[in-house]
Amino acid sequence: MELKNRNLRDIYVDLLIEYAKSNPEVVIVEADLMKALGTNRFADVFPERTINVGVAEANMIGVAAGLANMGKLPFTHTFTPFATRRVFDQVTLSVAYSKLNVKMVGTDPGVMAELNGGTHMSLEDVGIMRNIPTMTIVEPVDGVQLAALFPQIAKHQGPVYIRLLRKDFAPIFDESQEFELGKATKIADGCDVSIIATGIMVKQALDAREVLEKQGIKASLINIHSVKPIDSKAIIEEAKKTKAIVTCENHSIINGLGSAVAEVLAENCPTIMERVGTKDHFGEVGKSDFLIEKFKLGVSDIVESCQKALFRKSQEV
Amino acid sequence: MKTRNELEKIATQIRKLTIESIAHLGIGHVGGSLSIADALAVLYFDQMNIDPANSQKQDRDRFVLSKGHGGPAVYSTLALKGYFPLELLYTLNQPNTNLPSHTDKNKTVGVDMTTGSLGQGFSAACGMATAVQIDKAPYYIFTMIGDGESQEGQIWEAAMFAGSRKLDHLIAFTDNNRMQIDGETENINGIHPLDKKWEAFNWHVQSIDGHDVLAIQEAIIKAKNVQGKPSMIILNTIKGKGAEFCEGLVNSHNMPVTKEMADKAIERLESSWN
Repeated sequence: MELKNRNLRDIYVDLLIEYAKSNPEVVIVEADLMKALGTNRFADVFPERTINVGVAEANMIGVAAGLANMGKLPFTHTFTPFATRRVFDQVTLSVAYSKLNVKMVGTDPGVMAELNGGTHMSLEDVGIMRNIPTMTIVEPVDGVQLAALFPQIAKHQGPVYIRLLRKDFAPIFDESQEFELGKATKIADGCDVSIIATGIMVKQALDAREVLEKQGIKASLINIHSVKPIDSKAIIEEAKKTKAIVTCENHSIINGLGSAVAEVLAENCPTIMERVGTKDHFGEVGKSDFLIEKFKLGVSDIVESCQKALFRKSQEV
Repeated sequence: MKTRNELEKIATQIRKLTIESIAHLGIGHVGGSLSIADALAVLYFDQMNIDPANSQKQDRDRFVLSKGHGGPAVYSTLALKGYFPLELLYTLNQPNTNLPSHTDKNKTVGVDMTTGSLGQGFSAACGMATAVQIDKAPYYIFTMIGDGESQEGQIWEAAMFAGSRKLDHLIAFTDNNRMQIDGETENINGIHPLDKKWEAFNWHVQSIDGHDVLAIQEAIIKAKNVQGKPSMIILNTIKGKGAEFCEGLVNSHNMPVTKEMADKAIERLESSWN
């Protein structure tokens, strides 16, 4: 399967179809976004295993819970805001509290909602799902990571929220790279400051790392694909090594990656920390380049946060 | 098939155990539990293909109490049927109990779905009936909603879905006791005519006396034979039916029940039976 220079949605649907071929319990539950999300290709192969409830997300989650209760393995698909804030009670009770095994995909995370604008731009979805006991949250960076994590997600017993980019963003990982669900991935080593990034922010962080290198600053970069469960060990190791942490997320700094990392640090090894992410405001319409600049999620914002963390570190001695 | 006499006797026992278990704690959802006792008697003792000795067998019928607060009546029914000892009923809502206010499939043997947030159990029952349809399986998914619960938007999302998908192994009941916490349903947010609503959503609809066990039995048999449509059986009931201290009272939704109130109610139940 080609994993580079393709839209993540196409890779995802290929993976789903392949997995469903050998796992007859797999079904998809849709809410009228099959053409947008590409799952109509699954329907072509498995029409009897495709359930489209129409524009009714609460019922989509309820029906998925019922299917899981009968031994099916449902995957639900919609945009991130409708996969989370619109169905919070259904996901909490019908799925998680009931201990039912449903995999929930939300697409177009954060600024990647682009021209759908503020109403469709979830900058709080990770925070919402992180509140639910037993929930696993996965945000794949690229096709290689998605392909490696997909079977692990499918086999995981318990609810999983997959924050999925539809588009091709930037390939990061080599196909030989191995990934374990819930474990951080080291991308580059450095001794001055540690950047912890998720989703589209990994590419921004890589570019920021190059800028910093020219300034003589060696930044370590790790990717966390699951904000929950979070790889505390990897975070603590970085904190002890560089004593300066910068988190980067395409999400609010409230209740997302930055908050999760801060909780780990505060309880284990209080460390100087800066957070790159949206600062408690709503989204708005625009292409991602415009929004990244406006919401201060860009390369220069990461560079500045690293410099600030390093300055604060120098003041401590 | 059980006779009227046999089914009425079981319904009376379900009511007695429900009142006793709620009185043991001192408070509970007595009104909406007592109104569904007759339907539970017919389902669990006559119409459902179930085996208490093999509670998880795959090819069994299922029941989802979407109006999850009727849990005490379901627990009494399950205990009577032999899923667990009768004594367990006295642990209702006590610390570490397996019998919480609202039904929980992970806590109670014989409970098929976790419910409590209104509207959601019905949606899940539609999903369960979809699995039956995909597998072309012979068994049925039964579910019970409240009339107050029918104000939830999710009920109608699921109703439209089940009708559109022709889920003919889904048999639903509405406990139409015409009351909810804040008053009479029609005075809060009127839901009638219920029968025309369900018909418009492409359901097969029957409206019967929800305390007439033979009418319930007949309606279920008729519903099982309906093809190409899900079935709604509207049970016209009386909230708190069978307990003098709360029958027909709005305040019976969740009320204190003392041992004296329970003893008196049970005495009347038994004497009316004899």
